[in-house]
Amino acid sequence: MMASEFVALSLTPVLIAAFAGMACALPGNFLVLRKQALIGDAISHVMLPGIVVAYLISGRVTTWPMMFGAAGAAIVSVFLIEIIRRLGRIEFGAAMGVVFTAMFAAGVLLLEQSETSEVHLDVEHALFGNLEMLIWLQSDGWGSLLDLNALAQMPPQFFRMLTVFLLICLFTYIFWRPLVLISFDEAYARTIGTQAPLIGLLLVIFAAITAVAAFDAVGSIIVIAMILCPPASARLLTNNVRTQVFLSLGLALSATLAGYILASYAPLWLGFSDTVSAAGMISTLSGVFLAFSAVYGRHRKRIV
Amino acid sequence: MSGITLVSNRGFTLEGQTGQDAPLNIRGMTVSYGQMPAVYSIDLKVKSGSIFGILGPNGAGKSTLLKAAMGILPVVSGQISFFGKPLKEARHQVAYVPQRTSVDWDFPATVYDVVIMGLYPSLGLLRRISKSDKAKVAESLSKVGMQDFSDRQIGQLSGGQQQRVFLARSLVQQADVFLLDEPFAGVDAATESAIMLVLQNLQAEQKTIVVVHHDLSTVTTYFDHLFLINRQSIAYGPVGEVFTKENLTKAYGGKLGSTQLGTIGL
Repeated sequence: MMASEFVALSLTPVLIAAFAGMACALPGNFLVLRKQALIGDAISHVMLPGIVVAYLISGRVTTWPMMFGAAGAAIVSVFLIEIIRRLGRIEFGAAMGVVFTAMFAAGVLLLEQSETSEVHLDVEHALFGNLEMLIWLQSDGWGSLLDLNALAQMPPQFFRMLTVFLLICLFTYIFWRPLVLISFDEAYARTIGTQAPLIGLLLVIFAAITAVAAFDAVGSIIVIAMILCPPASARLLTNNVRTQVFLSLGLALSATLAGYILASYAPLWLGFSDTVSAAGMISTLSGVFLAFSAVYGRHRKRIV
Repeated sequence: MSGITLVSNRGFTLEGQTGQDAPLNIRGMTVSYGQMPAVYSIDLKVKSGSIFGILGPNGAGKSTLLKAAMGILPVVSGQISFFGKPLKEARHQVAYVPQRTSVDWDFPATVYDVVIMGLYPSLGLLRRISKSDKAKVAESLSKVGMQDFSDRQIGQLSGGQQQRVFLARSLVQQADVFLLDEPFAGVDAATESAIMLVLQNLQAEQKTIVVVHHDLSTVTTYFDHLFLINRQSIAYGPVGEVFTKENLTKAYGGKLGSTQLGTIGL
């Protein structure tokens, strides 16, 4: 394989998937410690009605209306979960289950009503994204990474994912202490003046931003897998929060790189004529990492 | 029905307590879970410099009272003040020690990591941890006899050690009033006496200590003032006046047999 071919066809999808994976894993650490990891699943499901409504209003399947729709739906769901949790006095998980099932179902109904047009908008698209399509045809080998004109032609998803990843790094760095505190002892956090509900909400909002930014590039399946698997694996490998966070980033990166190569090249090397879904392979691999950590991790909880 | 009659018993005499500056002053506080009031019409003024016990049967609302006072649970009505100020303005003077079992001790942290949380209000978001901060943590740990456990994973601690770590975390806050929720529940005898010693030393430094408690046999030796509660105030004042057979029967109803009263010398 030529270097120029790799840069043009594989470099940007790999980088986009890597930043998406790490951007999900970072808030995922605190969601896992707060036993709220399934919120990634919930957000990914509730985005569907938002996307459909955005399409019905704008009449187009383009990035920005869909992103706004998805973000709007995510915000609506976060508030709905809070409202149901407080009014119903039920557990967070139960409120979340009610909201995301109902909203996903509403999305499917809306989608069917809108299917008179020929527009390609389906559940599969939202689930697996179109990672392999994010190619960089204007590039010419590794040198293009230093060529501003060529860089400007990169898929916009690259810059979007990079920005979101850096934003989440900044958020985690600044709010490190309150994030750790509310993950360990939320009641105590409130007594020393930490705005625990606000920090918790910010955490979920950042996870939602990642999910929204990632869904049209890499698909929801990577979001769901990366919020849960790398942090959970890392937790089983260390007993230190800081190490856990860095380890989760490394695991997300490894799963992305290895998953993409396995999906795009391994089948051809083995003599098959078709490649498999990179998003599916990356997510599966992160699950395999978790399984290995669960079996061999030094700090797994002993269940007698 | 449990058969407990909740006798209205308001208007206790509060000798020697005037002014608004009690370390903790609760007036007419009602807290409810849904439609069901958990505690109601609580009036309580904690005497400065006392070791103040809050006593009552299971489900009487002892922990609820403390959590509501600390702003963890919302109150339906009533006013709460610390040293005459609302909690928001008095936070640096108040330290809260939650029930040991309220957190997941499998959290990836060391003893040091937990104790330094007590310094977060002064550290803010990004200020670096200085040598004097570390010294404060070490000092608090040695006060509770845990100086050798600083780097220990909290998941490896015994119940008593966990309780000492929580107490150390409150000590670094250098507060003036300490509110402890069941600090003696499920801890070993050595820890119980170590904690009591720390509390008595705090009292000697003119600090005020409020303790939610359930063990009747230690009440008279541990506390100088007592608040008896069963959803509402039963009695309150100096321990000698409050810890009587009559009041305990009122608070505990039929749950307290005459043999139990006999073993605690009443």
